[in-house]
Amino acid sequence: MPLSKRRRARIIRGVQYGVLVAAVVIFALVADWHQLRTAFFDVNVAKALFPDIITTALVNTVLYTLLGFGFGLALGLVLALMRLSSVPPYRWIAVTYIEFFRGIPALLVFIALGFGVPLAFEVALDMNVTVMLSLGLVGAAYMAETIRAGIQAVPKGQTEAARSLGMSHGRAMLSIVIPQAFRIVLPPLTNELILLTKDSSLVYLLGLSLGQFELANFGRDALNEHKSLTPILIAGLLYLVITLPLGQVVRRLEARTAKAR
Amino acid sequence: MTQDKAEQKAVEKAVQKETAKDAAPENSGDAKAIDVQGLHKAFGELEVLRGIDFSVARGEVVCIIGPSGSGKSTLLRCVNLLEEPSSGRVTVAGTEVTDPDVDIDLVRRRIGMVFQSFNLFPHLTVLENLTIAQRRVLRRDRAEADRIARVNLERVGLGEKEASYPAQLSGGQQQRVAIARALSMDPELMLFDEPTSALDPELVGDVLAVMRSLADEGMTMLVVTHEMSFAREVADRVVFMDGGVIVEEGIPERVVGDPQHERTRTFLARVLDPAAAEVGEVADTGPTGKRVDR
Ligand SMILES: Nc1ncnc2c1ncn2[C@@H]1O[C@H](COP(=O)(O)OP(=O)(O)OP(=O)(O)O)[C@@H](O)[C@H]1O
Ligand SMILES: [Mg+2]
Repeated sequence: MPLSKRRRARIIRGVQYGVLVAAVVIFALVADWHQLRTAFFDVNVAKALFPDIITTALVNTVLYTLLGFGFGLALGLVLALMRLSSVPPYRWIAVTYIEFFRGIPALLVFIALGFGVPLAFEVALDMNVTVMLSLGLVGAAYMAETIRAGIQAVPKGQTEAARSLGMSHGRAMLSIVIPQAFRIVLPPLTNELILLTKDSSLVYLLGLSLGQFELANFGRDALNEHKSLTPILIAGLLYLVITLPLGQVVRRLEARTAKAR
Repeated sequence: MTQDKAEQKAVEKAVQKETAKDAAPENSGDAKAIDVQGLHKAFGELEVLRGIDFSVARGEVVCIIGPSGSGKSTLLRCVNLLEEPSSGRVTVAGTEVTDPDVDIDLVRRRIGMVFQSFNLFPHLTVLENLTIAQRRVLRRDRAEADRIARVNLERVGLGEKEASYPAQLSGGQQQRVAIARALSMDPELMLFDEPTSALDPELVGDVLAVMRSLADEGMTMLVVTHEMSFAREVADRVVFMDGGVIVEEGIPERVVGDPQHERTRTFLARVLDPAAAEVGEVADTGPTGKRVDR
């Protein structure tokens, strides 16, 4: 054999690098840098976005996400406990809810709560409440399954030890099982928070007033005004400012639980 | 061991017990700590307990021995209703736990249980492991619960470990914490399910020493164990189970020293003979473990 396996792999990798570098160079030579710059990163447009894109849009994105997450987490915990209940109707309700809200687009829920409910019932829901419910109702379905898995991952011996000390079922859940379950599900729950951060952009559908703009809406509004992609780019980067550190947190937590085992 | 010597030892032990019992505060009426009558337990098709009658007197130490799968754990777990008996009566300290109207949480707080796998709460410190049920179940205030917890940690020789988490302790230490946790509820009796089976051999001694001192203090104990020397030296009575029934029971000198039944002899030969013990280990998970009646 003329080439060892390892040498061949090295050559193949070298070729890949070469092609990549060539592509970048060609792109750099051919591209119209001036037009690209004005389209994607116009300094003047960028300047005009600040500080509102932070003080209003970013803040609102975080606010909407946390509202949805908080409500979804609480409802998700209740659903998880119902799902594990020994009372069959509770289980049926939980399963139906979870399957329903996991199966339909979040967009539909926003439409239903943002427009459907006000039209059908002639009540105007507060914006924050609408957002909290829309994001939370869907998030709860996912979080319920996550939390249920976490609760089931706590060894049975824990419940038995708690019960044999005289704790009631509820007390054993509250003091012994749920705290351990949450440690187990912290990484997937953080992932859920990342998903919700992105889903919060659906709020733009609701027709917000200026002060209620979140990142996506703000970006879109500025796009119309400046005829430049810059606001979208910056809005995207600001999403990353939220989601990348959260992703880092997930990795840390996962590493920690891996070590604890 | 000659019959004479054996009897003498048994008498000595009984005397020791009596004095310990006199010293201990007198418990309510009934002299029986545990009374089991006609107990049956089936898991689906599998009949695990097939008519158990036996009782444990207050202050008595009873060891249950028997091959794997004979129903020892199930019997123990029926006493505090971790398993629901299929039929029969179980009475603990005068309360019938098989009565459907009984508040089992009230009964369980009077029964300490120690598991083979310790089952300490990993998210709590050692001290919190000992105080959580005292505070949430017995409603003791923090200072009182802490004080009682510390007394019991000292009792098992782990006073300096109160701030540690279970994962930071050796298996033997964890099991002693588990014993202290049970003791902190001031139980009237203690159940032990193979408390030393999950331990490295060099750690077994510490746990047995704690159990021995508990026995000397007059605690009522029902112990499932494979530690024959413990059964022989500490137990007032040994119960041999096989196939979901009690095959024989009596003072250790009789059951362990001079068994009447062939099944007991076979079992003891396997457990006691070091050469055969290895074979016994394998057999534990083997055919005897899967005793199925169809
Ligand atoms: N929850 C359960 N569901 C079904 N079968 C069970 C259950 N618990 C125990 N068993 C079966 O009951 C039989 C007796 O089990 P048990 O744990 O009481 O035996 P044991 O004498 O304690 O054995 P070991 O010495 O191995 O602990 C075994 O065959 C076991 O497989
Ligand atoms: Mg067992």
